[in-house]
Amino acid sequence: MYSHNGDSYFVVDGHLHFWDASPANWVSGQEQYAKGWIECFHAYMGLGPPETHWPIEKFQKYSEEDFVKDVFEDGCVDVGIFQPTYLKEWYTDGFNTLEKNAVLVEKYPDRLIANGRWDPREGEAGLRQLEEDAKSHNLQGVKLYTAEWYQGSRGWSLKDPESQRFLEKCQELGIKNIHVHKGPTIWPLDKDAFDVSDVDYVATNFPELNFIVEHVGLPRIEDFCFMATQEPNVYAGLAVVIGGLMHARPRFFAKVMGELLFWVGEDKMLWASDYAIWEPRWQVEGFVDWTSPEDVEFSDYPRLTTDGKKKILGLNAAKLYGIDVPEALRIPDEAGTPAAREDAQLVDSA
Amino acid sequence: MSIRARVLEALSEVYDPELDEPITSLGFVTSCAVSPGGDVEILLRLPTPQCAPNFAYLMAADARNVVRRLPDVGRIEVRLEDHYTGEEINAAVARGEGFTGAFPGETDDDQLDALRDLFQRKALVARQARLCEEMLAHGATPEQVTARRVVDLPDVPDARRCLELRGQLGIDCEPDSPAFVAPNGEPVATGELTRWLRKARLVRTSLDVNGSICRSLLQIRSRRGAELEEVGT
Repeated sequence: MYSHNGDSYFVVDGHLHFWDASPANWVSGQEQYAKGWIECFHAYMGLGPPETHWPIEKFQKYSEEDFVKDVFEDGCVDVGIFQPTYLKEWYTDGFNTLEKNAVLVEKYPDRLIANGRWDPREGEAGLRQLEEDAKSHNLQGVKLYTAEWYQGSRGWSLKDPESQRFLEKCQELGIKNIHVHKGPTIWPLDKDAFDVSDVDYVATNFPELNFIVEHVGLPRIEDFCFMATQEPNVYAGLAVVIGGLMHARPRFFAKVMGELLFWVGEDKMLWASDYAIWEPRWQVEGFVDWTSPEDVEFSDYPRLTTDGKKKILGLNAAKLYGIDVPEALRIPDEAGTPAAREDAQLVDSA
Repeated sequence: MSIRARVLEALSEVYDPELDEPITSLGFVTSCAVSPGGDVEILLRLPTPQCAPNFAYLMAADARNVVRRLPDVGRIEVRLEDHYTGEEINAAVARGEGFTGAFPGETDDDQLDALRDLFQRKALVARQARLCEEMLAHGATPEQVTARRVVDLPDVPDARRCLELRGQLGIDCEPDSPAFVAPNGEPVATGELTRWLRKARLVRTSLDVNGSICRSLLQIRSRRGAELEEVGT
């Protein structure tokens, strides 16, 4: 819980990692990619306040103590959601697997949720693995990387027929939160991994599932916004938006927030730190303090109230994950500003 | 004008297709050397080693193409530095091959025309938004704005770039054609202006944010590079 100026916020961090990118975990022959990946993440850390930067050695592999201190103690995070990133082509034991996350979840069962993953290219074996993971980890969500490499293939789409089988399986297993990585990525090649049209397609076909678009499709926020306006079960994952822009580019941050509030609405935006790319503390503090600039350039964006911040910082995610929020930290249900639904038609001519 | 000056001038016409800004003003050209015999060596450095290979290829290939058109230029070498697919891209560009030449078997999109086209349309929309807002801010009514013709556009960089993009996209840019068009080239109707502008501003914000992240990452990269060199020597 984070308290400021008499208001208390229930904080759910929707996107946490506990990775091992140390050289000992690099796959032989793939060192340049393993090294490049973590260095790229490390550059992103540079977009946060200088006092929160880590040396690369710590960034490659941080300890459980670091995690607990940065997330729970300093970060004021009530509940955190782990999103796994396997990358086994580059990292021997995986970059950040469900198994590794589950060790921490076992120690902090009320504070952490481990999401799973799947990859349609793994076929029957992948479906069986998903069933097992769902059972042993009580999965409520998965994180999908459509740009991930796998045996010579460099990406896939949610539109692929195989993907439909996995989504049906999710439905059957009660995995209702599908987080899709649509953001800064590694090997789009000609298959544009930022393209959100595949989310559009499955969001329509699987209305009972929630699709959380991580990093809001950056660098193509417009495609994401136009799509999210039309799909009631599509959410904006704010990892990178707050971490990457709030400190480094405050005016652009204000614009992106304004646009998201207008197109997507405060009921469908979820904060996430993307730890350890950025520590949660400065993000929570800064966001609670944040107000949109007064200039005319920002004048027709919806305003964000304290209630709106409460939703984005935790209450929206709590709803998706069925997290019990203490009575005192809740807000009345109908206080939301609906997203710009009347603008949906606007997109038809896009 | 020296060959080098002409080469740099030519490079300023090479745009990052995603950001719609010249690679020279983005700081991507890290070195440009011309030998006494007129051989040209250009080094490009992108914000991260993992910038998307498709855009990286387009910038390297475009750089070679604009320089090739200059007189008195000998051999041309364009090299992406510290990019994880730099070797493949550099070799394909040197051979004058397309994108499939860089990544045989991994792509069948040789010239990336659809990608370029998509981003040129986004860029056009974003630039028009700025021009349009400017007119509205100076008191023009929506009727007046949508009645403007190409000939009425001010002689400013955004307007010049809009016309360049329209030309490349095959959208009419005769003096009496409409000043503001939808991404498909159709004129913007007065009643549609508010919605059109709302969308266009979002596209512009997206491009601006993207560009700002790239610039920040490039700064971080140069700073760290400098630190490493100091430590190393």
